[in-house]
Amino acid sequence: MIYVVIIYLWTSLLLYLLLGGADFGAGIIELFTSDNNKDRTSSKMTRTIGPIWEANHMWLIIVIVILFTGFPEIYAAVSTWLHVPLLIMLMGIIARGTAFAYRHYDAVEDEMQKIYNKIFRYSSFITPFFLGIIAGSAVSGTINPQAKGFADGFIFSWLHFFSVAVGLFTVSICGYLAAIFLIGETETEQERKRYIVKARSMNFAAVVSGGLVFLSAAIDHVPLTQWLFGNAVGITAITAALISLIIQWRLIRKGKKTIIRFLAGFQISMILVATTFFHYPHVVLMSGEQYLSLMEHHGDDKAVRSLALALLIGSVFILPALFYLIYSFQKKRPQEI
Amino acid sequence: MNDFIAARSQMALSLAFHIIFSCIGMVMPFFMAVSHYYYLRTRKMVFRNITRAWSKGVAIFFATGAVSGTVLSFELGLLWPGFMKHAGPIFGLPFSLEGTAFFIEAIALGFFLYGWGKFNKWFHWFTGVVVGVSGLISGILVVAANAWMNSPAGFDYKDGIYYNIDPVKAMFNDAWFSQALHMCIAAFAATGFAVAGVHALMVLRRKNIEFHSTAFKIAAIFACSAAILQPLSGDHSARDVAKRQPAKLAAMEGLFQSGTHVSLLIGGIPDSKTHSVPYSFEIPGMLSFMIGGNVSTEVKGLDQFPVDDQPPVVITHIAFQLMVALAMVMFTVSVLYFFVLWKKRSFEKNRWLLRLFALSTPLGFLAVEAGWTVTELGRQPWILHGILRTQDAVTPMPGIQYTFYLFTAVYISLALFVILLLYRQIRMVPVLYDVPDGKV
Ligand code: HDD
Ligand code: HEM
Ligand code: HEM
Repeated sequence: MIYVVIIYLWTSLLLYLLLGGADFGAGIIELFTSDNNKDRTSSKMTRTIGPIWEANHMWLIIVIVILFTGFPEIYAAVSTWLHVPLLIMLMGIIARGTAFAYRHYDAVEDEMQKIYNKIFRYSSFITPFFLGIIAGSAVSGTINPQAKGFADGFIFSWLHFFSVAVGLFTVSICGYLAAIFLIGETETEQERKRYIVKARSMNFAAVVSGGLVFLSAAIDHVPLTQWLFGNAVGITAITAALISLIIQWRLIRKGKKTIIRFLAGFQISMILVATTFFHYPHVVLMSGEQYLSLMEHHGDDKAVRSLALALLIGSVFILPALFYLIYSFQKKRPQEI
Repeated sequence: MNDFIAARSQMALSLAFHIIFSCIGMVMPFFMAVSHYYYLRTRKMVFRNITRAWSKGVAIFFATGAVSGTVLSFELGLLWPGFMKHAGPIFGLPFSLEGTAFFIEAIALGFFLYGWGKFNKWFHWFTGVVVGVSGLISGILVVAANAWMNSPAGFDYKDGIYYNIDPVKAMFNDAWFSQALHMCIAAFAATGFAVAGVHALMVLRRKNIEFHSTAFKIAAIFACSAAILQPLSGDHSARDVAKRQPAKLAAMEGLFQSGTHVSLLIGGIPDSKTHSVPYSFEIPGMLSFMIGGNVSTEVKGLDQFPVDDQPPVVITHIAFQLMVALAMVMFTVSVLYFFVLWKKRSFEKNRWLLRLFALSTPLGFLAVEAGWTVTELGRQPWILHGILRTQDAVTPMPGIQYTFYLFTAVYISLALFVILLLYRQIRMVPVLYDVPDGKV
């Protein structure tokens, strides 16, 4: 049963990265769009993702619930030592979620729209950035449970080159996903071109920040190259990700939106496989060879079993409904009231 | 402010904020389903307009409720890692089921908000009902988790070790039913009074009379039915508390000395030094009677508990008195309302009643906040009643007072935004919806 839980944990994380990520990305693209095109991006985004917006963010809740029910020690340790970045990420989530809804449901369109937009865009950047920082610090060996003093325990646990680079990389991946998604939703050739350019620059940003990740891993002594290239799974996954990236660029011109989206999703999954496989089942690597492992630090067996059952039963209800939702609104342009 | 107090205040603030939005998220879908139903049946535009106007308001509340709920699921760990480390697996089951309920709710909400004119009309109506039902279920589930903190079950405990864990037993602990029932009714009363009050005010101002008086009626019927039932459920809760948390009951009632023939104190400010409750009104024997059905029932007072195990009595007592007093006011208003309905008097002629409702707008939510203060403060000093002390569960991170200030600022600004948006929605009603029947 523990494996069921682990699979759900990993899959929810992936889905959050993909679906939530595309959503963050939309804000990131708005942030880096010239003024006169900003509004078009935002209204396009609301129209296309409005109906599934709430659902996309549920994956994070599922991750958290799995963590605290199934892996309470991991949840407690992460939320203790990474309190500060989690807090900032939460601020981002609050700002984003509310700004997105408020700008849409404000009955009067006036200067307030500018405020909502600003908040939405900046928080779309901050949230995945800190998500990346949290992921990076969880494995970089900088959490030190024996630390004395505020700075050593609660600041330098996450503030270092590697995690910042992972944060930037996460941001650019989100932007890329959103651009790829939006390419498929465009109506005019000119718009399509615009998003292709966006996708290209986000792709470029991902390559640069990816390079930074490797560089900073070397500086911070994170054995990243060993994780990625020290085993067959890592190598295969990275190769698959690269190949799918190349195919995506071939196909983008042809405008096959479903395949491209699928490939982009596949590419991100492969990156997640590569970065999680090597140290699995250890998910939190702390200073001095201390670690927290999914296999050793899970909760009581009976609790894990009931969690697994709850997840399985939940999926029976959720998945068909979710597919039907996505399917319906792909067919019919959502009409907002 | 020390870190421990700051952590408690931050938790309290976040929950007190969230509960408002979750009550609305649980209840408004039912109001909308009713007016939507009447629209589909009668095709009267006013019902359609009410449904749509409400659903815009609800979307604002949902978004705020969703983010504040997300924050809570992190805060449990950010503030109380020492608690979650042990409690997570035991009371995680309701939370994992709740995850499903939220998901369904979010999906159904997508269909409902964006599906006007796109689906079979009854399917569309049904998705609105699903939003309400899954909201209600998720409310019941979280409250069951909270009830477990009041009435731990489903595990054995010795020397800091929790073993023999049974999550199902933990979920169906002794307190879950009374708390969940009381909470659900409270949500209907609170949301109902708030909504009815706003519409009553608009009717008084003679704005869009048809729209507002119809909306008022839907909300008022729900609100008043709930407010009439609530004292029954509250009485059940109180007896339940007497059994499982006598210290909480003693604090609620301001009861310092145990005994039989204990009087019920109404009002007053408990004084822990003199062990008396000055300014209170006494009904002799009443508390014993209410708890055990008999004036000679023994009721435990605070003297039965070491000072270290006593909850703070002043605030708990006052909060309890406040909840009951508000319950009585709402009960009276509700009875009057049903009387007027029964006599088929027109509200135009009974403007005093509308005025009463307008004045009662915040009462339900005040009662909800007071009730939660009773429940949570009355559980102190325990985070897990009788097992783990709140003090031993708090995060080791220093500087929590600053995060508390930050959250205070954030919640205040969110509240201001929500008020502004709501104000604008209501002000736009004439522009958006004031069309005579048959047009559009
Ligand atoms: C509209 C709101 C509302 C109203 C009118 C009442 N209550 Fe209440 N009460 C709540 C809203 C509430 C609440 C906020 O929903 C609480 C907090 C926790 C819970 O389960 O419900 C609560 C808790 C609560 C508790 C503590 C339960 C526990 O700790 O497990 C008791 C004993 C009562 N109530 C009793 C009453 C009585 C005797 C009432 C009327 C005469 C009453 N309540 C009216
Ligand atoms: C939404 C309605 C709720 C409100 C308004 C509320 C209110 C409060 C208040 C006032 C406190 C502070 C107690 C103190 O400082 O002495 C508190 C603490 C706390 N509550 Fe609640 N509560 C609610 C529901 C819940 C639920 C459903 C849970 C968990 C499942 C929960 C878990 C906690 C925890 C862990 C603490 C901190 C520890 C403690 O002070 O005992 N609360 N809450
Ligand atoms: C520690 C306590 C709590 C936690 C961790 C928590 C968690 C959450 C989360 C994560 C959400 C977001 C779901 C979404 O995206 O739709 C949410 C919303 C909601 N919560 Fe809470 N909650 C708590 C207390 C409560 C209480 C006491 C109630 C009700 C009695 C409640 C009822 C609801 C409802 C009905 C919603 C959905 C409505 C909405 O989104 O506005 N919650 N909560």
